[in-house]
Amino acid sequence: MHPAYSVIFFTVASGAGYGMLFLAGVLALLERLPLSPWFAWPFFIIAFALVSAGLLSSLLHLGHPERFLKALTQWRSSWLSREGVLAIATFAPTGLFALGWLFVVNDTSDIGPVMQVLALIGSLLCVATVHSTSMIYASLKPIPQWHRGDVTVAYLVLGLASGALLVGLLGALTQTTTHLAPTIAIVALIVGFAVKLNYWRSIRRLPRASAATAIGMKPGTKVRPLDPPHTEPNYLQKEMGYRVARKHADKLRRIAGTLAFGLPLAALLVWFATDGVLAMALAVIAALSGIAGMAVERWLFFAEATHLVTLYYEGDAATD
Amino acid sequence: MRRTPIDTSPPVSDEVKETTCYMCACRCGIRVHLRDGQLRYIEGNPDHPVNKGVLCAKGSAGIMKQHSPAKLRKPLKRVGERGKGDFVEIEWDEALEIATGWLAEIRRTDPKKLAFFTGRDQSQALTGWWATQFGTLNYAAHGGFCSVNMAAAGLYTLGGSFWEFGEPDWDRTRYFMMFGVAEDHASNPIKIGLSKIKAAGAKFVSVNPVRTGYSAIADEWVGIRPGTDGLLVFSLIRELLRADKVDFGYLTRYTNAGWLVVRNPGQADDGLFLRDAAGRPQCWDLGSNGLNDALSADAKPALVGERRLADGRIAVPAFDLLARRFLDDAYAPEAIAEQTGVPPEVTRRIAAELAHAAFAEEIEIRQPWTDFAGRRHETMIGRPVTLHAMRGISAHSNGFHTCRALHVLQALLGSIDCPGGWQYCPPYPKAIPPAVRPSGPAVAPGEPLQGPPLGFPIGPEDLLVDADGAPQRLDKAFSWEAPLAAHGMMHTVIRNAWAGDPYPVDTLFMFMANMSWNSAMNTTETMDMLTDKDPETGNYRIPRIIYSDAFESEMVAYADLVLPDTTYLERWDCISLLDRPISDPHGPADSIRQPILKPDRDVRAFQAVLIELGVRLGLPGLVDESGEARYPGGLPDYMIHHERKPGVGMLAGWRGDGREHGTGAPNPGQLERYIENGCFWSEAIPEEARYYRNVNQAYRAYGERMGFLDTAEPVIVQLYSETLQRFRLAAQGHGDRLPPESERERIETYFDPLPLWYMPFEEARIDRENYPLHALTQRPMVMYHAWDSQNAWQRQILGSNRLYVARAMADRLGIADDDWVWVHSHNGRIRVQARLMDGVNPDTVWTWNAIGKRRGTWGLDDDAHEATRGFLLNHLIGDTLPNDPHANADPVTGQAAWFDLRVRIEKAADGEAESWPQFDPLPGGDKRAAPAVLKYGARFRKAS
Amino acid sequence: MTDLPHQAPPRKLGLVIDLDTCVGCHACAVNCKEWNTGGIAAPLTDTDPYGANPDGVWFNRIHSYETGEGSAGRTVHFPRSCLHCDNALCVTVCPTGASYKREEDGIVLVDEDRCIGCKLCSWACPYGAREYDASEGVMKKCTLCVDRIYNENIPEAQRVPACVATCPANARHFGDFNDPDSEVSRLTRERGGRALMPEMGYAPINRYLPPREVPKTASALEATADTMESKFLQWVDRILS
Repeated sequence: MHPAYSVIFFTVASGAGYGMLFLAGVLALLERLPLSPWFAWPFFIIAFALVSAGLLSSLLHLGHPERFLKALTQWRSSWLSREGVLAIATFAPTGLFALGWLFVVNDTSDIGPVMQVLALIGSLLCVATVHSTSMIYASLKPIPQWHRGDVTVAYLVLGLASGALLVGLLGALTQTTTHLAPTIAIVALIVGFAVKLNYWRSIRRLPRASAATAIGMKPGTKVRPLDPPHTEPNYLQKEMGYRVARKHADKLRRIAGTLAFGLPLAALLVWFATDGVLAMALAVIAALSGIAGMAVERWLFFAEATHLVTLYYEGDAATD
Repeated sequence: MRRTPIDTSPPVSDEVKETTCYMCACRCGIRVHLRDGQLRYIEGNPDHPVNKGVLCAKGSAGIMKQHSPAKLRKPLKRVGERGKGDFVEIEWDEALEIATGWLAEIRRTDPKKLAFFTGRDQSQALTGWWATQFGTLNYAAHGGFCSVNMAAAGLYTLGGSFWEFGEPDWDRTRYFMMFGVAEDHASNPIKIGLSKIKAAGAKFVSVNPVRTGYSAIADEWVGIRPGTDGLLVFSLIRELLRADKVDFGYLTRYTNAGWLVVRNPGQADDGLFLRDAAGRPQCWDLGSNGLNDALSADAKPALVGERRLADGRIAVPAFDLLARRFLDDAYAPEAIAEQTGVPPEVTRRIAAELAHAAFAEEIEIRQPWTDFAGRRHETMIGRPVTLHAMRGISAHSNGFHTCRALHVLQALLGSIDCPGGWQYCPPYPKAIPPAVRPSGPAVAPGEPLQGPPLGFPIGPEDLLVDADGAPQRLDKAFSWEAPLAAHGMMHTVIRNAWAGDPYPVDTLFMFMANMSWNSAMNTTETMDMLTDKDPETGNYRIPRIIYSDAFESEMVAYADLVLPDTTYLERWDCISLLDRPISDPHGPADSIRQPILKPDRDVRAFQAVLIELGVRLGLPGLVDESGEARYPGGLPDYMIHHERKPGVGMLAGWRGDGREHGTGAPNPGQLERYIENGCFWSEAIPEEARYYRNVNQAYRAYGERMGFLDTAEPVIVQLYSETLQRFRLAAQGHGDRLPPESERERIETYFDPLPLWYMPFEEARIDRENYPLHALTQRPMVMYHAWDSQNAWQRQILGSNRLYVARAMADRLGIADDDWVWVHSHNGRIRVQARLMDGVNPDTVWTWNAIGKRRGTWGLDDDAHEATRGFLLNHLIGDTLPNDPHANADPVTGQAAWFDLRVRIEKAADGEAESWPQFDPLPGGDKRAAPAVLKYGARFRKAS
Repeated sequence: MTDLPHQAPPRKLGLVIDLDTCVGCHACAVNCKEWNTGGIAAPLTDTDPYGANPDGVWFNRIHSYETGEGSAGRTVHFPRSCLHCDNALCVTVCPTGASYKREEDGIVLVDEDRCIGCKLCSWACPYGAREYDASEGVMKKCTLCVDRIYNENIPEAQRVPACVATCPANARHFGDFNDPDSEVSRLTRERGGRALMPEMGYAPINRYLPPREVPKTASALEATADTMESKFLQWVDRILS
C-alpha cells in the first residue's frame, strides 16, 4: 500500500494524542494527576493539537473534505464512520475533563465524582477511538498484513507508549511527574516490541491468495502476467501497488525497532537512575526517538502491506 | 439518509445517425448518437451484415479520434526545408491552384511523372479510376505491403481469396485452421465467427509463431517457425494423399486435376495444358480411353498416368504432377520437423483431424443444384474444414506459394465454397485470374490510360516492360522483377523515385500513407531519400510531394503541399463492390458514409478534392465535352451518377427506379435509400445458388444479373497454374517476350506451376548464425489496421511497445523483463525494451507495430512514451535484399517481405534507457487543442 | 444505510465472461468508457491524455496472462470489472453511505454526491473494481450500465451493458443469476463458471468460464501404399466421375 504521509502523520499523531488523553484519565483515577499548570496546560495543548492535527490531516486527504459530516452517518457498519463519531465524541469528556483539571480540581487525591466519570468515559473513548482507527485497517480482508488481530493491539499499545513517552517528557521537563508514565511507557514499549517483532516475522509467511483463483483458473495453475491493461500505472497501482524491497524493509525494521523501542527503553531505564538536565535530555531522547520510530513503523505498516489487487498486475510475485 | 436518485432511463441522444466505420478493412455499420450536435456514443449497428451490432475498441474510440488534437486544420504550404515541418497555412483555392498547376504541366508533358499512391484508404475504385483518367500508370494502393500474396495466390488459384474475397462458413465448420501472425483484416467478422465455432464445439487450430489474440483462444496452438508454414502444409497434403483422404470426385469435376499437361521438355508447349482446337482443356477419359473435353459432363478423367498423344507428344494429368511433388519424402513429418519446429506427431495428428472433419463429419444439405456441366445434384455436400491465413503467410518472400499450397489443401479436401468450408464473398468468384489486365502508358500525354493501371497478367505479354525488358512503372510492378504484382509495389516507390530508376518522376502524390514512418521498410533511409537533394542543382531528388491526411502524421512534414482530409464522421464515401467488398458469403453488400458532423476546421474529404482536381485538370471522366463538371454535386453526385459500364455504378443498391439491385440506371434518390436503410445495402443469394458458386449454374445466372461475372466460363480451381508456366517458358527462351538474362533464373525457379517451398530470401542470404532470430511485427487488436487509431483512450491501453522474447531464449542471452536490448539486422540496429513470454516460437522475437511515434507528431507531448519508449521494427527491415538490388519482396507478386527479417539481440549497457534511433522533434499538431485533463462527456450528465 | 440489503435482492444481475472466447481486443473496455463517460457516472476523467503519463478512469480493464506450462500453456485475456458481490465489503466500509447495493437487483453503485473520496472502498475490494477520479474527488465504478439496462429510450434487445452489446467475440453475457433458466445461469452451470477468489468470502455475482480442453483424439492416418509408385498404381484406373 502506498505510504501516504498524511495517513502516517494522522495515525501516529492521533495515537499519541489519544494516548496522552487516556493517561490523563488514568492518572486522575489513580489519584496521581499533577495539578501544576506548567504541566497541565502544555499537556492539553499538545494532546488536543496532536489529535486535532491528525484528524485534520486525515480530512485533507479526502476528495471532498467539505462533506465530512456525511461520514458520521454509517457508524453501524463502517469503522471509518465509527472512528469519526468516536473522535468527535471523545472531545466532549476529555475537553470537560481538561477544563475541570485546569480550573476546578485542586486536590489530586480528591477530584470528585464528576471528574472521575469524565476521566473514565474519556479514557474509554480514547481506547475506542484508537481501536476504531486500527479496525479501519484490520477489517480490510484484501490486505492480509492488516487483516489480523495484532494490528489492533499494536495500534493501542503504540498509541499508549507514544502518549506515555510524551507525558513522561512533559513530566521530566516540568519536574512534576511521578514514575508512573515512564513505567507505563516501558511496559507498553516492551509489549509493543514483542507484538511488532512477531508481526514482522509472521507477515512474510502469510497464507497466500493466488493469481490462479484471482483470474478464475484452477487453483495451482501457474499464472504469469503478460501485458497490463494499460501501459502507464493507474490509480490501483499507484495506491496499492507500492512495493518496498525486502532488503530495504529489513533496514527500516531495524531503524524502527531501534528508534521506537530500543533507544526509548534504554533512555528510560537510565532515566530512572538520573536526574536534572541529564534526565531531561534522556526524556527528550526517549520521546523524540520513540515518535520518530513509530512514524517509521507506520510507514512500514503501509509499505509492507500488499493488496490482493496486485495479484492482477504482478501475478503471484505480488505476494512473495 | 437522502441518496441522490438515479435516472435509469435517461435520454441517450437527441439524434441517431447511421454510417460506416473507417478504422480498418472491416467497415462495420455504426450508429452515432448525437446530443446537442456533439458525439455522445458510437455503437455497432445491429442490422448491419458485417458486424451485426458489435463494435471493436477502435470503433468505440471514435469519439476520441474525432477530438484528436492531431487533426490537420487547414491546407499547408511548405516554406522551410522539407522534413522540418515549416509550413504556412493557405486557403483551399491556393492549394488547389498549386496542385492543379503542377499536375496539369505533368499531364501535358509526361503523365507518368505523377506517381499517385494511396495508403490504407478505402476508395481505390475511385483513386484507380482517377489515375486512369489522368493517364498515369504509376498508381497503386498499399496492397503490395499488405496482402498481394494472399490475394494473388487466391485469385490465380480459386478466383477468390482469404480476407475480403472469402471467409469461412463460421456456422457450420467443424475444424478451423488459422495460419500466420498479424491477425488483422475482417477483425469483427472473425471474432464473431470464432465465437460461433466455440459455441458449436468445433476445433480451432492456430499455426502462428506468436500466441496472442485469436491464437490465445485456439484449442491448439502450433508455434511454428516463421516462413516455414508452407512446409507444414506440404506435409499435411502428403499425409492426406498417402492415406487417400482426398475428395477425388471434387478434384475431377471442379479442379484442373484431370487436365492433361503436355510434357515436351525444351519446347514452347512444355507444361501447358493440352487443348483442343477451340481451346478447351483435354483430359484422358477412362470411359472412352481417349481424349475428352475436360469440362464436359461425361468426362471421366484419369488423374495419373502418362499418355502418348497421336502427335507423339506426351501428356500427363495435372494431379499426377501435383501428387509427385507432394508425396516427396522431403515433406515427411519427420523431415520438416526441424525446420518448422512442429513435432512429427503433431503434423500427423492434424492431418488425421483434417481428414476426420472433412469426411467423417460430412454435411449434407437437401438442396438440389446443377453444376456448370449440367450435372444435377440432389444435395449439397459440405466438408466442414476451413483454412484461413493472415499476413504471417502473406508477408514472406515465399508467401505466394505458401498461400497457393493452402488453397491446394482446401481443394484436395473438396472444401471450397461448400457448406462448412471456405466460401466466396460476392462479387467473387471471378475468372482465374480476374479478367482485367494492367494498362501500359497512355498513348499520348493528355490521354487517359486504356484501362486500369492494376490488373492480373496471364502471361509475359501482359507485363509492363519496354522492348529491353525494363520496367515501365516506377514501382517496377508487372516487370520481370515482380510479374504478378497485382496490387502494385508501394514499398519501392520512394527509393525508385529518389534514384530515378527506371526514370525520375516529378510529383509524388500520396494519401494516408505514412511513408516516412511506419508504412515504409528501412525507415531511416527512406526519410533521407525524401529530403535528399541533387548537389548539382540543389533541388530535391523527388521534386514535389503532395500529401493528404486527416492527422498530423510523421509524413506531413515531408510534403510540399498538404491537403487536410476530414475524419470519417465528416464525409461522404462509398464502400463499393468495385473495390474491396464488404459482402459476406450470404450475399453481396455495399455501403456509404454520410456526414454526421460538420468539420470545425477548414478541411475537405480527400475523395472530394480528387474530383475537384479532376475537374480543374479537365480529366475526361470528370468533365463533359464542353469542359463542365460531370458531377457538379461533387463526391455524392459521383457516387450516384458515375457508371463504369452501363448500369454498373459505385453502389449496387436501389438503382434505376429504386427497385433494381446490382445493375440499373443511376437513381438520383439512391443515397436517401441507403440512409433510410442504415447506410448499407445487402441481399441474400438464393439458396440454390448459395454454394459451389464457381461452378453452380444458378449462381452464374444470379451473378450475370448482378453484373458480377467477368467470364462466361466456370471457375475451375487451378491446382496447376498454366499462367506461372507461361512465365517459366519465357525464362526458358520461348516466346517473343523474354526476361533479361539477369532475371531468367529467378523467373524459372519461382514461376513453378505447382506450389513450392523455399527458404525466405533474407534467411537464405544472411549469416544465419550472426542473425539467429526471426523478428515479426503485428498490429494490436486495439489498434489494428489503423495506425491513426492513436488517441487519448487507445494510447492509454498501449502507449509504448516492447520486444517480446521467448523466456528460454532470454534466459540464455541473460535478458530479463524490462531490460533494454539492442536489436541488430543486416540493415541497422535499434534499441528497445524487452518483455519475456512463453507463447512465442523460441527462435522468434516480435513487437506491436506502429506504436512508436516520432517526437512531436500526433499531437503528443515531446516526452510521450510513444517516442521515448516506443519503437519501430521498420528501421531494421531492408527495402532491398541483402547484397542484392532486388526489392525485399516475393519474386512472383512483389509483396513486401517484411516478415523475412532476421536479427540478433544483446543486452544494452546500463543507463541506455530510451528507444533508439531518435529523430528531431517535429513541430507537431495543434498542442493548444490538447487538454491537460480530459472530461469528455461531463456536459451530457449536467444536461440530463 | 451502507448495510447490505437486509433481504437478498429478488434479482441478481451480473455478467458471465467467457475466458475461452475472449481474444483480448479491449472492445468492451473502450465501449464501456465511451458509454459511461457520458452516462450517469460522467465524466470518466483522463489525466495527461496526450502526455507522458496518461491515466484515466476505466470501469473495465483487460489483462493478459500466460497460464500453465508446455503444451498446457495458454494465453488468457482477462477482463476485470466490478463483480457486484453479495457480500460487498466496499459497501459496508463506506462511512457516508455513498457506496450501496441496490435492493432491487443487487447492483453496487456509488452516489457521487455523498462520496467524500476517502478511497476506503477501493482498499476493501480485492478485485480492483473501484476507480478513483482524483479530479472529481469521488470514487467511480462499473454501474452494470444501470442507465442502459432499464433505459426505455433504448430498443429492448439492446438493454444490456455496453460491454456485452459490443463484445465481438460474444464472450460477455448479462442476466439474472437468480433465474435458473437465464443464459448466465445456464452457462455457469454447463461450463463450470467460476467465482474469483471465492475464499475471500465476498460472494461475487459475476462468473468466469474457464478455457475449455479439447481432446486431441483423431487416430493417425494409414498410408494405403508403401511407395510412391505403388500409390500411383492404385490411382491409375480409378474412375471417379
